[in-house]
Amino acid sequence: MALLEAANLHASYGQTRVLHGMSFSMEEGTITTLLGANGAGKTTTLRALCGMVRTQGEIRFGGQRIDGRATEDIVRLGIAHVPDGRGTFANLSTEENLLLGAYTRKDRDAVQTDLERMYGYFPRLKERRAQQAGTLSGGEQQMLAVSRALMLRPKLMLLDEPSFGLAPLIVKELFGILRTVNENERVSMLVVEQNAAMALDLADHAYLIETGRIMLSGTSDDIKKDDAVRRSYLGY
Amino acid sequence: MDAFIHQVLAGLATGGIYASLALALVMIYQATHLVNFAQGELAMFATYIAWSLINAGMPYWGAFFLTVGLAFVLGVVIERVVIRPVENSSVLSVVVVFIALLVILNSVTGWIYTYTIKTFPSPFPEQPFFGNRYMSSHEIGAIGVTLVVLLLLYAFFRFTPLGLAMRAAAQNPESSRLVGIRVGWMLALGWGLAAAIGSVAGMMVAPIVFLDPNMMGGILLYAFAGALVGGIDNPWGAVFGGFLVGVLENVLGAFVIGNELKLAVALVLIIGVLTVKPSGFFGKVHVTRV
Repeated sequence: MALLEAANLHASYGQTRVLHGMSFSMEEGTITTLLGANGAGKTTTLRALCGMVRTQGEIRFGGQRIDGRATEDIVRLGIAHVPDGRGTFANLSTEENLLLGAYTRKDRDAVQTDLERMYGYFPRLKERRAQQAGTLSGGEQQMLAVSRALMLRPKLMLLDEPSFGLAPLIVKELFGILRTVNENERVSMLVVEQNAAMALDLADHAYLIETGRIMLSGTSDDIKKDDAVRRSYLGY
Repeated sequence: MDAFIHQVLAGLATGGIYASLALALVMIYQATHLVNFAQGELAMFATYIAWSLINAGMPYWGAFFLTVGLAFVLGVVIERVVIRPVENSSVLSVVVVFIALLVILNSVTGWIYTYTIKTFPSPFPEQPFFGNRYMSSHEIGAIGVTLVVLLLLYAFFRFTPLGLAMRAAAQNPESSRLVGIRVGWMLALGWGLAAAIGSVAGMMVAPIVFLDPNMMGGILLYAFAGALVGGIDNPWGAVFGGFLVGVLENVLGAFVIGNELKLAVALVLIIGVLTVKPSGFFGKVHVTRV
């Protein structure tokens, strides 16, 4: 059974329809990427999964219908969203940001262990643990956003353009850690990216979205070989 | 000199009450960016509840804590029932609801309890503490109660997960939902806390100004001035501003402009701060790039 399944998903902002009947699914423990140009509906897809936009159609998580539920209830099922723009709590400290990620958890001791684990992944965050999160650099805020999501101990992580605005070296570090987390903790990931080459290297499966519809799907290796994708998204 | 010290200290006592109410205003402001005009009437209504409880024979502190609890529940219920439906409406609609609440609470109290002025007991002895010449026991006690309330609030917001979640929800509702915080309930809790703080302010001020349905009108004005002076988005600023306004009001009233014009001090402060330094002493200056 698929971990996440969307069937005939429609979404709109007011009168503007953005998703036109998308269907896709992903298996537990895998990394899947959604590729597409600006305005294709990638961010909206992630927001739809979290109940942050009005949707029609079916979304199932672990077999359970989650469409139409409140965002905070969906999060409590184990879906962590690293939003577009990072969603930093700018006036709170780095550590408070991380603790908020574990807000719904009751196992306080394990939360402390996880906090140290995040500082292990991202030592920069440890250096800045008492600093106001809004004063962190873009890269540090992205690390914080990923760590905050991991603090939930999610089954599924939705990542919205994790590479956005980051220096290539930092992107490489971040993606390396995402892979480690996926392998060691079996956290499934759905990654939206404009940087198609990076995303295809990270992911097992890929979907190509154009104007709110799935145009192509397959394993990352197959998608990489597709001529149209190569020309339009990989640029060679 | 003695008279001056006396006025300053008495100012600190009423200032503490303004500080509490200012803090209640700031709490709602931080979450909603609106000033709750009904905050004073909520406090007044809660004080009447305390009066009923005491008159029914309940010991003072029992009535005190029960009132704080009831005010909390009242705040939560008002948010859920009255404010929630207009949450996403325009600013004007919400302000109209606030004013409606003010008028309704005021008239309902008048209708239940009549407009006759009542005395409200103080829990502190009539003899001044340690025979000091400067402050009555009630004034010292009111300052003490205010400080305890501030300390408890600080500890709550700083050290508990729920306090952290409330701060997060006020700051960034969308991210808060994404970590599983029930933002709507945080807002309701904020209303409850604000009403509870207000009820303490009401019970502390009632022995000084006596109990009547309009008793909080002037006090809300001073509290509002205090919150603005300190910076309406900064809780510490609001507390500082509350104390400052209390002292200014008393000293100016006694020596400079006379008692009749005291309330004008608050209005002058409000207009002064809004024209000269809208962010107050400690408030954040909001810069928008265009």
